[in-house]
Amino acid sequence: MITYEAVEERGQVSPAAENLTAERIAYLERLVSQARTAAAVFSQFTQEEVDRIVKPMVLAGLEQAQYLARLAVEETGLGVMEDKVIKNMVATEFAYHYVKDKRTVGIIREYPERNLFEVAEPIGVILSLTPITNPTSTVLFKCIMAIKTRNAVIFSPHPKAWNCCSEAVKIMQEAAVKHGAPKDVFGCLESHTLQDNAYLMGHKDVALIDATGGPGAVKAAYSSGKPALGVGPGNTPVYLEKSADLSTAVVDIIISKTFDNGTICASEQTVVIDEEIYELALKKFAELGAHICDEKEAKLLAQTVIDPQTGFMQPMAVGQKATSIARFIGIPVKPKTKLLIAPIQGVGREHPLSVEKLFPVLAVYRAKSVEEALKVCVDVNHAGGLGHTAVIFSRNDEIIRKFGEVINAGRIIINSPGSIGALGAVYNDLVPTFAFGCGTGGGNSTTDNVNIYHYLNIKRLARRTQAHMWFRVPNQIYFNLNAVENVRQFSSRSTIIVTNPVLERIGHADIVRRYLPPETHVHLSVIPDGEPETHLVSEAVEALKFYKADQIIALGGGSVIDTAKIMKLKYESPEADLEELAAPFLDLRKRVVEYPTAKVNRARLIAIPTTSGTGSEVTPFAVLTDKERGRKVTLADYSLSPDVAIVDPQFVMSMPKGLTADTGIDCLTHALEAGVSNYASPYTDSNAMQAIRMVFKYLPVAYEHPEDEEARSMMHNAACIAAMAFSNASVGVNHALAHAFGARFGIAHGRANALMLPHVIAYNAAVPTKFMPSPYQKGYVAHKKYATVADLLGLGGRTVEEKVSKLIAATEQLLDQLGFPRSIAELGICKEEFERTVPELAKSAYDDPSWRSNPRMPLMGELIELFWQAYHGRGATEACGAPQQQTG
Amino acid sequence: MATIAVWQKIEEESIVPALEQAGEKLNSAADEVVLDFSSVRRVDQGALQAMEGLARGAAEKGVRVVLCGVNVHVYKVLKLVKLTSRFSFRS
Repeated sequence: MITYEAVEERGQVSPAAENLTAERIAYLERLVSQARTAAAVFSQFTQEEVDRIVKPMVLAGLEQAQYLARLAVEETGLGVMEDKVIKNMVATEFAYHYVKDKRTVGIIREYPERNLFEVAEPIGVILSLTPITNPTSTVLFKCIMAIKTRNAVIFSPHPKAWNCCSEAVKIMQEAAVKHGAPKDVFGCLESHTLQDNAYLMGHKDVALIDATGGPGAVKAAYSSGKPALGVGPGNTPVYLEKSADLSTAVVDIIISKTFDNGTICASEQTVVIDEEIYELALKKFAELGAHICDEKEAKLLAQTVIDPQTGFMQPMAVGQKATSIARFIGIPVKPKTKLLIAPIQGVGREHPLSVEKLFPVLAVYRAKSVEEALKVCVDVNHAGGLGHTAVIFSRNDEIIRKFGEVINAGRIIINSPGSIGALGAVYNDLVPTFAFGCGTGGGNSTTDNVNIYHYLNIKRLARRTQAHMWFRVPNQIYFNLNAVENVRQFSSRSTIIVTNPVLERIGHADIVRRYLPPETHVHLSVIPDGEPETHLVSEAVEALKFYKADQIIALGGGSVIDTAKIMKLKYESPEADLEELAAPFLDLRKRVVEYPTAKVNRARLIAIPTTSGTGSEVTPFAVLTDKERGRKVTLADYSLSPDVAIVDPQFVMSMPKGLTADTGIDCLTHALEAGVSNYASPYTDSNAMQAIRMVFKYLPVAYEHPEDEEARSMMHNAACIAAMAFSNASVGVNHALAHAFGARFGIAHGRANALMLPHVIAYNAAVPTKFMPSPYQKGYVAHKKYATVADLLGLGGRTVEEKVSKLIAATEQLLDQLGFPRSIAELGICKEEFERTVPELAKSAYDDPSWRSNPRMPLMGELIELFWQAYHGRGATEACGAPQQQTG
Repeated sequence: MATIAVWQKIEEESIVPALEQAGEKLNSAADEVVLDFSSVRRVDQGALQAMEGLARGAAEKGVRVVLCGVNVHVYKVLKLVKLTSRFSFRS
């Protein structure tokens, strides 16, 4: 015996256990201590060692099945010896058949495709309460489960079944220890009281309570505060539907209800019979040995076997023969009567026989319709049988399905005996058990047939998965001067060119029209400049319908192309709800709202940008203004991406200097943010880095020499290439800040981006206060990626820190070259006004989805700080804490 | 003050007598008894009982018992039976 001095506080002692003597407590402590040591030693065993123990235990149980059955009947006075033999054999042989090839040690299951595997951890010490009705079979079953799972069990048998249970424990223990199990792996209380149970249930070294028995035991288990498998009473309704195979059904019900004199809690209690077959069914029951009670007998029976005070069955009837019960009551029956059948007219306290009766007395109800039958079954189910077991005999799949839907039972047995069916593995493929989980309806934690997996802590080891990424862009991109000529290769019967008034006036629309095939009917849809409004889109869609368009050419800046994207969406899928499609999401692939795939019309979308910044010609985004509701709707889905992009610099040669600078910095911001995004990949990096290089080289030239075709062409390409990067890697906190600030003060997007950009680079390059969770990146790399950009630009610097500083300086120099205001203050916004606005700006920026791909998770205070840095301008390298140290 | 330590190798097949032997060394002048468990892959109930006895004796005599090279499976068993707090561990 080991009595550790290090035993810590014993745990919660139930008030019910407070009267235990010191001697008794010492005895109980010894039991727990021995079990704990056995469980600890057992935890070292391998699967092979465990399996070598289980088999001889099962054989020992089979060998002693009859002996234990006899002991149980003699001691409890319940049930049928022959049936208890069968129970003992099912508890051993069938349980073994189920567990023998199952892994319960180490890795028990692997899911390579999910990078997941499961590892078994034993529970430790289990306190097991076993019932009077199925005493030895329950013990045998639980012993096998415990050994298979490397647990130790302390049994607390029903007081009136103690001898047979302790004998069963002894047989299992001897077999187990003989084949290598730790001694004391099973313990059994020598006699017991409710105080013993209360003490053990509160013991901190008891890891699990497995209580099979009456409602009191189950309730005590669940009330103990310990993890518990409490499996208690039932009240099985049976629907005998008119399409059933009646002869089979009647025999099955008799087999089940008379098995071990009805002591299995899953056995049939009330049979609801369709009127059409009611008389015939009763006749068949009678022919096979059932006694059908008349009204007077049924009343007498109800008064005798059901306690009028509690409404529950009388213990004296439990597990008794039908003839014994009939004799006791004074009902004359034939000597070999198997079952007493009593018609009832309803369910509830006024109909006493509608409750659970663990003896061969069956209530029957005549139902006039399927609906009535189902309702009565629901009533029985709710009269003490929730979550347990139900039975239906029917050949009508629709009625079986409906029964399954309305009845709350962990086991719904179809066309077979309820009690033996619920035990599993005999009449069906349910897991074999001697403990029926009844779900929350029965106050239980599971509806399962309790099995080895309930005796294990199953640990899931989840490897980091290689997150699937993507790179999606339009499959046709034409670029360089006169690339617009390529529109001629797209056959179209009816094309609508969407553009704005300025572009129409300067003849750009005519250039496009010139290259369209002669057979194409061309229509012009001129929309006002600015972000598309809902009513304009609706009107434009009407035009598409009117002309039965099969091609849309969007000629313009971001707003024109966005309008065309939404037009196409609404034209092809008129039921698309833009409000719903704009619902927020965290991961594009897991979004709640899906874009429509069914299309009533089809139109090709060709995008021809006339600015070099937004890159809308290849992006899956569109922004819509809903003036009526005073809000912007941002749509994002790859189905919005144009089918064809034509990046022809002839359409940007006349861009004014200011627009050149604004759009050019927008392009640079796209590329820089995509470059450090948490969604960045080698595919997006290659585009982002190239775009950054092109912007630094060609934007100053395009700005200073607008007529320089090469610079214009390269900037036009850079915008498209950067857009390919951010279409897949998204943007970051710079855009969130710029959106909020630009919207509030009416500042052009590119200009707003420029005000934030140096500060955001410094911010992302510093050690984050809070890292952004991302399965796509390994470690924090934003500072290193900025350093790579600096290298690419040939800025020099030895350390990462130096390189980041040089990139910020180069960015500031570029902004200066382009004549950007370098602080919000320079825009003429006074400090007091800005101070009043900043909290709202920060909230607005925080609500913006752009930052969710940012490498650093912005805190509200940090957003405010960034706004103030932008307000004051300059000094970005010192603004946001120490830059990240070089880590090689 | 210098620490006087007694070192002893523990073999798995003779763990109980070895621990009993170690228990006798508690009576020597040593401040510390070091037991090398690197050959022990598994412990049974007898071993645990002997370890409990050793820990009790060491506590009474004010001697520190250090277990070296305890493998993690054995360590976990000691944890389950709450014996780890009674010993010191060294790798």
